[in-house]
Amino acid sequence: MVQRLEESRIEKPGLGNPMTVVVIGAGLVGTLVAREFCRRDCKVILVERGPDVGLGVSKANSGIVHAGYDDEPGTLRARFCVPGNAQWSVLADELDIDVQRIGSHVVAFRREDLNVLDELLARGVANGVPGLRILDQAELLQREPHLNPSALASLWAPSAAVTEPWQLVIAATENALENGLELRVGEEVTGFETDNGALKAVLTTKGRIPCDAAVNAAGLFADRVANLAGDESVPLRPRRGEYILLNKFTAHDLVNSVLFPVPGALGKGMLVTPTVDKGILLGPTAEDLPRSLKDDRATTGAGLDKIVASARHMIPSLDLREAVKVFAGNRPESPGKDFWITPSPRWQGLVHVGALRSPGLTAAPALAPWIVELVEKSLDTKLALRTDFQPRRKRIPSYLKELSLEELEKAVAEDPAAGRVVCVCNKVTEKEVVEAIRRGARSLDGVKFRTRALFGECQGGFCSHRILHIVAKELGVGEDELDYGLDGSWVVKGKVRP
Amino acid sequence: MKELSFDVVVLGAGGAGVGAALAARAEGATVAIVERLDRSGGILNQCIHDGFGLHRYKEALTGPEFAARLNTEAKLGSDPGLTLLTGRFVRDIDPEARRLILVSESGLEAVTCKALVYAAGARERPFGSLLIPGDRVSGIFTAGVAQRLVNLDNRLPGTRALILGSGDIGLIMARRLTLEGIEVRAVLERLPYPGGLERNLAQCLHDFDIPLLLSTTVAEVRGKGRLEEVVTVQVDENHNPIKGTERSFAVDTLVLSVGLVPSTTPVMDLVTVDPRSRGVVVDAIMGTNRDWVFAAGNCTVIYDLVDYVTDEGIVAGRSAARFARGEPRPERLPIVRGRDVGVMNPSLWCPGQDLTLFLRPARPFAKARWVVRQGEGSSAAIIRETKAEILTPGEMERLKIPAAKLDPSKPLTVEVVPDA
Repeated sequence: MVQRLEESRIEKPGLGNPMTVVVIGAGLVGTLVAREFCRRDCKVILVERGPDVGLGVSKANSGIVHAGYDDEPGTLRARFCVPGNAQWSVLADELDIDVQRIGSHVVAFRREDLNVLDELLARGVANGVPGLRILDQAELLQREPHLNPSALASLWAPSAAVTEPWQLVIAATENALENGLELRVGEEVTGFETDNGALKAVLTTKGRIPCDAAVNAAGLFADRVANLAGDESVPLRPRRGEYILLNKFTAHDLVNSVLFPVPGALGKGMLVTPTVDKGILLGPTAEDLPRSLKDDRATTGAGLDKIVASARHMIPSLDLREAVKVFAGNRPESPGKDFWITPSPRWQGLVHVGALRSPGLTAAPALAPWIVELVEKSLDTKLALRTDFQPRRKRIPSYLKELSLEELEKAVAEDPAAGRVVCVCNKVTEKEVVEAIRRGARSLDGVKFRTRALFGECQGGFCSHRILHIVAKELGVGEDELDYGLDGSWVVKGKVRP
Repeated sequence: MKELSFDVVVLGAGGAGVGAALAARAEGATVAIVERLDRSGGILNQCIHDGFGLHRYKEALTGPEFAARLNTEAKLGSDPGLTLLTGRFVRDIDPEARRLILVSESGLEAVTCKALVYAAGARERPFGSLLIPGDRVSGIFTAGVAQRLVNLDNRLPGTRALILGSGDIGLIMARRLTLEGIEVRAVLERLPYPGGLERNLAQCLHDFDIPLLLSTTVAEVRGKGRLEEVVTVQVDENHNPIKGTERSFAVDTLVLSVGLVPSTTPVMDLVTVDPRSRGVVVDAIMGTNRDWVFAAGNCTVIYDLVDYVTDEGIVAGRSAARFARGEPRPERLPIVRGRDVGVMNPSLWCPGQDLTLFLRPARPFAKARWVVRQGEGSSAAIIRETKAEILTPGEMERLKIPAAKLDPSKPLTVEVVPDA
């Protein structure tokens, strides 16, 4: 709801009195926009409904940094995909995240698919995609020897990359926090307060946050948040995508690049791709859900069957017994099929960002500075760049995998926890788990996405009880009070003996 | 970095590892056992039910009792020639130098050996591998994790539970959770016959009136955050769901006993691992394809009794010690898998060496025999066979064939022969 006062021009924030920006939603866009504001002279507050950053749309998707040949020229998607793709390398360097440019193929199996490859090639060239090339059957099968040999040709895009979206969300948040961000998780926006046509405050379940500007990056709920401001929105519809993840230890040499079928009416089709962790990811399905089911992240029997059939068509030798995890995510689709990014027509300083469907992940790093510009334009101001902004962040090191023997020996001498291996599959030490908690992990999933513990082939069989214990001890709470991930996902209840 | 050197290094201090150490010591080798956890015993430590040691010690011991008995037998802690290194994680194995780098809270150690026994046990198949659809919820535990929480960590995993899988661990957890006040609604088994031992069906389910639903599996899991509902469905002989047979159970806990997988990932580049079973491929003396590496226990095949695990560890330890003092490794020949052989370990035999086969049939038989033959076609001669009886995949058969009965020149075949 909007508390409307008189409508007139806003006063520009005065010098020496930095303005306050509230970013709503700690997904990929929200955290990158927040970090972008932190480069500038302003106070930044990031408000997130969930118990941790990046648990919405950003968490469960293919993790592909697309090359940019899919998007029709003239769309925001086409405008921001190719520059966004390039920006991922900058972020990989600054924020120490995994981005692997392994390239992608769109694989043609039928003669009529060959025409689609030609169309995509032409569109890619128009969009400025580098290095695109049609590969014939011989070259394709040489690069991907396990591919179904009935494949005819592919569109090869060397600039496509794989990443893990939560890595960037976590890294951007940590870096923004280093640069003065105020992060408020578990707090939901309930309305806006305005005065004279300008934004005065964001209202939440925990109170009122006075501000001069706000970015609505609420993902699938950006429409609802826009409505709370009294603005019209495009209706966002969840498009469910289900996935199957295969064990990295036995499956990783089957696929070298991202393998797409030719795209269909509901998107890019079901892919087979290596993950940055050397596993294999299969999916997604594409199923439009009712708008009432935005929070529904269930997998379905029909969906999993479709993935299996599609993946086996692509790579006939896939062994599905090596599956370690199934999951689903929802993409925010809009009727216009393009990103919906617009300044509020009513309130200066408010910008809505929604419908970040594919290639939203790819485009996000290029969108963030543009969104800041939109806020500045809306306020008719230009924020000064800070000279003390520190763009670099280091990930939690893997003591067993990244340190030399000498470094490891020194680390253990300084802190014995660096020598206590908690997660056997991914060789994660207690020191990494403790560091993850210090950086914000409050649940098993929080530790998982920050350290890779619980991510391996045993899926927590050997380490979940130990991590539960460490988190409880570090936070000074009982194990009964901890969640696995989302609110309400308790793990243990009560004791066997008093 | 501290440098250590032993004739034989054993990885894992469970039933197989301590058995190996004890046998290697008996052969005169100096031995170190490297253990990831803080004490020896492995998974035995959390198995507080009884039934261990019926073969080896002629007594029904609990898991910790069996481990303690084995430690005493091995003089673990008192024999200066046997070193137990706990809390150690193997960071690297250098196969050329036969040198291992161990990490622990007290620092790094380099351990050089002449022979290695890999005895790392098994892990549990995770829920994700079952491709069961539904909500993303907490409250789904593998049986070992639930057992660990209840028996060692003093935590209850929930209040009302279903158990999927009628393997021994599932049956034992059905009883264990019931005893601790958790309402176990049923044990589900996808196959038309139970997976666990007959004695566990009687003592864990029947005695506690816990229903066993055969040909039934989980169709989906539901809940917001925590598990709230499990929908079950009956399946036909091809494991396809039968529409209309769904039932809904209001439970907050689902315990999985859906199989163990040999823990072999750390040695995938060191030795040959069977791509189907994931077990380390071993021969009659528990040797791997790499001459200085041996393996025993659940990392080679999933056994149903720890007594067998320890026996195989003893074979591996003895072989490793003999190799360490310079004895050559024997020739290795494949054992032919005949009809209806489900599980067979080892998969290679060695002329001149005793052979102990561990077998499970591929499917249940009302009356059938295990038959071991040598030779080809009509000239094949039966060298060992069992009495005809009920054969089920739930019960493992052990067949001992002395070296004297094996003809080095003829192929060896194992099969199930149904009784007409």
